[in-house]
Formats: sequence, C-alpha cells, structure tokens
Amino acid sequence: MDPEHLAQLEAALAQVSGFIYPNEVELHWSILIVIYPYLTGLVAGAFILASLEKVFNVKALQPTYRLALLTALAFLIVAPMPLQAHLGHPERAFEIFLTPNSASAMAMFGFVYAWYLMVVLLMEIWFDYRADLVRWRKNDKPVMKLVHWLISLGSRDVSPAAVAFDKKAVQFITIVGIPSAFLLHGYVGFIFGSVKANPWWSSVLMPIVFLFSAIVSGISMVLLIYYVTTLLRRKELDMSCLNALASFLFYALIIDLSLEALDFIHRLYESEESIEILEQLIFGKLFLSLTIVQILLGTIVPIVFLAAARFSELPNEMKRMIYFIAAVLVQVGIFSTRWNVVIGGQLFSKSLRGLTAYKLEFGGQEGLLVAIGLLVLPFLILALLLKILPPWKDAETSPEPSEAQLT
Amino acid sequence: MPKTYERREFLAGLLNFPPATMLLGLVGPVKLLAADGGDEYDPTEHYYAMGIRVEECIGCGKCVQACKLENDVPDEPFYFRTWVERYIVYTDGDVQVDSPNGGMDGFPPVADETFPPVAAGKEILRTFFVPKLCNHCDNPPCVQVCPVGATFKSQDGVVLVDEDYCIGCRYCIQACPYGARFLDPRTHTANKCTFCYHRITKGLLPACVEVCPTQARVFGEIGDRSTPLNRMLRMSHLEVLKPHMNTDPKVYYTALDGEVR
Amino acid sequence: MFRALVEQIVALRTRIRERRVASSRRKVPTQVIQLGVIFLAVGVGMFLMRQKFVPETFGDLGHYRGAAVAANAELEPHYAGWQQCAMCHPDKVETKNRSFHRTVSCETCHGPASDHTSNPMGLKPELPTGREPCLVCHSYLASRPTGFPQVIEDRHNPVRACTGCHDAHDPTPPESIQECSACHNTIARSKAVSPHAPLDCEACHEVQPEHKVQPRAHVPKKPFERAFCGTCHAKGAEAPEEIRGVDLTVYEIPRIDLVTHGGTFVCWQCHYQHSPEAR
Repeated sequence: MDPEHLAQLEAALAQVSGFIYPNEVELHWSILIVIYPYLTGLVAGAFILASLEKVFNVKALQPTYRLALLTALAFLIVAPMPLQAHLGHPERAFEIFLTPNSASAMAMFGFVYAWYLMVVLLMEIWFDYRADLVRWRKNDKPVMKLVHWLISLGSRDVSPAAVAFDKKAVQFITIVGIPSAFLLHGYVGFIFGSVKANPWWSSVLMPIVFLFSAIVSGISMVLLIYYVTTLLRRKELDMSCLNALASFLFYALIIDLSLEALDFIHRLYESEESIEILEQLIFGKLFLSLTIVQILLGTIVPIVFLAAARFSELPNEMKRMIYFIAAVLVQVGIFSTRWNVVIGGQLFSKSLRGLTAYKLEFGGQEGLLVAIGLLVLPFLILALLLKILPPWKDAETSPEPSEAQLT
Repeated sequence: MPKTYERREFLAGLLNFPPATMLLGLVGPVKLLAADGGDEYDPTEHYYAMGIRVEECIGCGKCVQACKLENDVPDEPFYFRTWVERYIVYTDGDVQVDSPNGGMDGFPPVADETFPPVAAGKEILRTFFVPKLCNHCDNPPCVQVCPVGATFKSQDGVVLVDEDYCIGCRYCIQACPYGARFLDPRTHTANKCTFCYHRITKGLLPACVEVCPTQARVFGEIGDRSTPLNRMLRMSHLEVLKPHMNTDPKVYYTALDGEVR
Repeated sequence: MFRALVEQIVALRTRIRERRVASSRRKVPTQVIQLGVIFLAVGVGMFLMRQKFVPETFGDLGHYRGAAVAANAELEPHYAGWQQCAMCHPDKVETKNRSFHRTVSCETCHGPASDHTSNPMGLKPELPTGREPCLVCHSYLASRPTGFPQVIEDRHNPVRACTGCHDAHDPTPPESIQECSACHNTIARSKAVSPHAPLDCEACHEVQPEHKVQPRAHVPKKPFERAFCGTCHAKGAEAPEEIRGVDLTVYEIPRIDLVTHGGTFVCWQCHYQHSPEAR
C-alpha cells in the first residue's frame, strides 16, 4: 500500500465535516477525470465549429476550418490518456472492446471514440487534405514527402472527378459527424447524468449542459489558436472571421448560461432532499470555483465583453484584444465547470449529511504534474500537425486557386 | 415437583425465547446443505439475503472486526465491507450521525456521565445503532454500470466482483447509493461485502453474523426455505435502505428509523 | 423496313456503349478502395482479437466470467463457526446456550478459531482477560437498546476482573439483580432527574421475581388505564403526605380533572412517564 496515498486519506479524513460513509473518504474520480470531459468537449466543440463552415456555409469561418479539424484531432489523440492513467489496471483497458457491457455508458467509450476518430475525424481530414497532399508531395523535402505519402496512402488521383468526390465525401462526413460529435461528448454527460445515486450528477439536463459547454469551449479554443498561430506567422488577422467566431461564441454562451440557470432554478424550486447539502456545497467548498470562476468570470464576464466588443463601433485592435481575453476566461470557466461537476459531485456524502475534501497531490499517477502534462500535450501535438498538414499552405503555394481566394 | 416436569417447563421457556429458536433453526440449513448429497454446491438451489434487527444492535463493532479479519480487508479506516453507524436524534430535531473507524472499536460515550443523557446542552430524544453493508440488490446499479462485466449478481443472489477482470475504473463505486464499495489499494480493483461467499457455499454463516452477540444480524435464504431469515421476513415489519432508488435491496431492516440514510 | 431495323440496332448499340462509358466513369474512386482495404483489415483484426482474447468462461452464466464465482469461493475461512466448537467442547456450549450468553457465539469473544480447529493442540484461540473484552458490549452507552445489561465502568466494581464474579459461559449475576437500573439504565437515568425520581419502579410496575432470571419470558405489567395515574394526580385523590422523604406539602403533586383532561387519550400517550414534564 502506498504510504503517501494513505497519508493523503488521513488528511482528507481530518477535513470531513458532518457524516460521510466510511468508504467515502477516498475521492475516486480525480483531476484526470476532470480533464477527460474537458478534452472531449474541446474536440466536439471544435468539430461543430468546423461543421458550421462546411454544412451551414458560414463563409467567414473559412480560415478556421482546417485549423478547427486539426485542433479536434490533437485533443482527441490525448483524450484517452487521462482515462488510461486513471485506471486501476490500465493493462486491462482493452477489455472494454472485448466484453463491453451494453448497459454501461462507459463501455460505449471505446466504440464511440473509435468511430469518431476513425470514421469521422480522420476521414474528414483525409478527404479534405488528400488532393493537397498529392500536390505538395511534388515539392516536398524527403522526410515530409514520405510522411505525406504515408498519410495520403499513396494516392495519386487529383483529377477533377476525384476532387469533386472528395468534396462530397467531406460534406457527407461532416453531416454524419455532427451527431457523432454530439454523441462523443454527450455520452460523457450521460455517464454522470445517469448515476441516480448522486443527486448532483443525476439530471436529464446533464448531457445537454455538457454539450453546450463543449461547444462554448471548442469555439473559444479555436479562436485562441487562430489568434496565436496567425500572430506567430506574422500574418494579418481576418477580422470578419474573428467577428464570426465571437458571434457564435456569444450565442453559445447565452444558451449555456440559460441551461445552467435552468438547472439551478429547477433544483432550488423542487427543493428535494439533497438541497441542503448541495447548498452547503455550493456556498462552501465550491463557492470560488462555481460562483466566482465558472459563472461570473467564465460566463457572465465573457458574455458582457463579447457583446460590448462585437456589437459596438470599437476599433478592430481593441475588439480583438477583448475577444482574446473573453476566450481565455471561457477556457478557465469551462475547466472549472468540469471540476465542479466531477469533483463537486464527490465532495458531499451520499448520506446527504456531510462533506469531505479533495487532496490534489503534486506528483503521483493522478497528480497535478500529470494533469498539466496532459493539458500541454495537445498543443504540442497540434504544433506537429500544423507542420505536417498546414491548414494555410494552399493559400500561398498551391497553383490551384483556393476556396478562400474565390470567395 | 418431579424433575422431568421442571426440565420440560424450562425447555418450553427456552423455546419462547426467540433467539434460542433461531439458534436451533441454524442447525436446519447446515443439515439441509449436507443432505444435498454433500460435495457439490449447486448455486441454483439457494438464494441468499440478510436481515438486520436494528432494535438489537448494541454497537459493539465485533461484526466490523470479524469481517476485516475473515476477508483480509485493509486495516485502515478508509476501507470497509461492513460498518456500524450511530444515530442520535435530539429533541430540537437535530440529528448527529457518526461511525468512528466504522464502529470497529465500538463507540465513545456521547456525553460525559450526566443524567439524563444529554450532550452539548441538548436532550437526546432517541438514539440507536445501524449496521450497514452491501445490500446485494436485485436491481444493482453497480452491475449496470460496470463497463466490462467484472461485477455481477450470482445465481444464488450474491453480488460479486471478479478481481482478475476488474479494470479499476471506479464507476461501480460511484453508482452505489449506499457507499458499500471501495477500491482495494493492494489489488487496485473494486471490493465489497460478498456475504462471505467462501463461507456460505460451505454451509457456514458470514463472519459478521457469526460473531454478532445479540443476533441483530440474521442470515438465510428467501423463498420456500426454513431459515431464521424467512421467519423474520414473515413476522416483522421490514424496510430497506433508499427504496426510492429502486435497487431492490436484499438486506432487510426492522425498526429502521426514518432518519437513516 | 430492313433499314429501320438496322437503324434501331445501331441506336441500341450506341446507347449501350454510352451507358458503359458513363458507368466506367462512375466506378468506385481509388481513394475509397484504399480506405476500404484499411477498414476491412481493422475490422477483421478486431474480430480475430475478440475470438482469441475473450476469457473462456465469459458469458456462460451471464455477462461475466463464470470462473469468477469459484474464485470468490476460494478463500479459506478464519472463523470456524460455533458448531465446530461444540464438537469438542459440548459442555461449555451447552452451558452457554442455556445462559444469558446463548446468542453470543464462541468466536465473538475468543476470536477466529479455524486455525485452532485444524490444529487443536498446537494453536489455541484467544483467552479474553481483564475488563475490556466485557466492557466492549456492556459498558453504558445511551444508544444501546433499553433492557440490554449495561454497567457504568467506574462504578461497577472498578479494577476487578469481570470473571471474578461472572462466569463468561453463564454470566448470571452472583446476586439477584437488586436494581432495575442494571438493565434499564437509560430509563433509570431519565427518571432520576425527573419529578418521578422518588417513585420506585415497583410503584407503577408489577414485577415478578422471575423477570430478573428470564426477562423476556416474564415481562412486568404496565399500568393500562388513566385511573392508575389518577390515584395520585386526580383532583381530590388521596395522596400520601410524603413519598420517600419528599415533603408533599412543599412539592405539590400536580392535579388534573381526570374526566376532562386529555380527552380520550391515556396519560402516557402525551407524557413520558419516566420523565414527565408538561410538554
């Protein structure tokens, strides 16, 4: 038995107030389980943003289309890692594929993830990039040439018919991808929402709230990445694109806030047995992370900022700065949302009579270091993807006119 | 008076004493299992459940000790297959619940030696002990959520964990409304009361039932069987924990106070 | 007519040729075939993995490994069960089973004994010594059920070992229980600070002497009508001038009109008789 872990539990036991079941001293789902819905939320949100351009023809978002797809891919690659690190027996994880329990939402993870990764995201990126990859191979340096050859699976056909087929395939996959993205993140909401034992989690709204906060986080993440990468490349920021992103972020935030307000009002009104301990939770342990960070800083302030900037006559430089700040606040707010759901749901006892504490260790398999590492890793992967599959190269070096130039 | 008459009366008096009858009834299942042909235990011929008589529990904690000894449960105060809770209801409506180390070392007195039993200036209205354990539900939410099928309800009604298959995702621990499960820190798999499956399949009683000094814990089978539990099911007003969760628990409580969660 | 037929055949042939050319243009794009091959490979791979790696007994009895049932039954018991003790110690068990400790199993006090049953001469079970083992159950706790024999540790023969007066296998107290409070401690303690403190238990309860030997077989009688309480509390009832030294001219017994007070309820439906306050 790990003495450090036991020392942590002793410390948590000392911080218990009221009564908790003896087995509840140990908090089971740690920060790693907070990170997982955060990452899949970003994936779903980024993909839905990309689909806005492809399916709903929001032309202003074109500069972010491929960027959003690559962002989604980078986060999707990292997404299973916190789950794997958290398991008591990571080496048995494949059992989910062998003998999934069809009654368990968690068992669906393997298949939903595999479907989304292989059939939706990789397929869409592949079809979208295929023609470009074939073209780039002509002028590539040797290493990149091999990489591009591998990714394109040795494809050679860039005839107009083939390219037209690619475009139709992308359209089709995006349409299929939207409900798939809903499923990828919605089922995580269902994992929590279907636990009747836990009154903080058990709610019909849980998958929907998860989904909309995912959309919010995805849009703001793409905004941030577009902003940062464009500045790093020393290019001009496309203001119409940023304005479109800000608009969608604003609308999504309104819906997200409405849903959370609805949940809150509904709980307060029905005033079920759990209301007392949940009130203690909200106004005690979760006051900082919920009222201040999630609601105030993460939702209300960005809404005000975005509205003020977007629908005003401020100079573009100011608008951009405000969008950036709002997006950063949203990211922090959404992470806090995940924290409040996952950790918050375990801070009170199922006896509804007491509260416990979560001791986040620094090192260790489920500690802060690992968490930070997992949060940084997607950006490293994204940097690599941007090198291999640059989303903006076709606008500069490709002999064929790109869509951006045509619109 | 002739000696035989006195003895007969005495024995008759003994039988009036329910615990004595129950003890005699215990001989029943042992004989029954032996009569089944002896060696092969057939799980389809049994369906286990437990009864808890709250009015008899004295909070000695021996059941918690025995369980830990019998099942090699870690000693630390964070891992319990069974535990005892003490409820104190005060006249002002306040309810205090505690379970120091699961009740394993008994309970400290709630007040110093003042009469009547008051604590911190408040008068106690009623107070009692409640043993808790896995309820071996017939509609177990833990089995429902296990992603790989590592926990299950056996044919004889016991919810068990497959230690060699569990991946340690802890979903079952989250799903249990009773806090009956924990993660074994040595095997990193889910762990919980098994009704001492290794004992009951040999015709013995679970360790907690064996050592309970007041027969507050009653074990047996439900269905058409002559076990102490069946008689308790017939004669008592029974409740289960959190019935609104629709888990259909198989641990039945008598005299379960409304304050018990 | 012959000309018309040839023209029709030529037209038909042209149409077929056109259709063939058109369909050759609509053949499956190469990229889809490339992808299809990969997906097929992955699918077959997964199918083969399933065949190979799913445990053998999985699904036999339900969605779990059938072998897990036996695995759970494999542990060696540490507690032997009192019937095992009875096989070698029938006298002790018989004595115990007639006594107040009939519900207490041997291993409750002597600890797990399966090691002893497999090696009776070599390994002996615990022998509880001192007061602690008895006080675990019998020290006074307000939460223990009323009627359960409890002692206040410091006042009940402090320091002396319990077994000095009580045989653990037949713990009948050496002297007949004098006070009801020996078992009914909570009630006694409530009564002791209430207005009913000067009253003996026998003042209201008819107690047969057998109750102290076989409590549940000879339950004392309780008052069953209002008139009983009225013997002291009714207006105009004759009450003694003192009860146990309490001067009743100073501390007056509260009087009520027995006919009108409390409607059709009996007294103890509102007043707790062992600590009666006008609540």
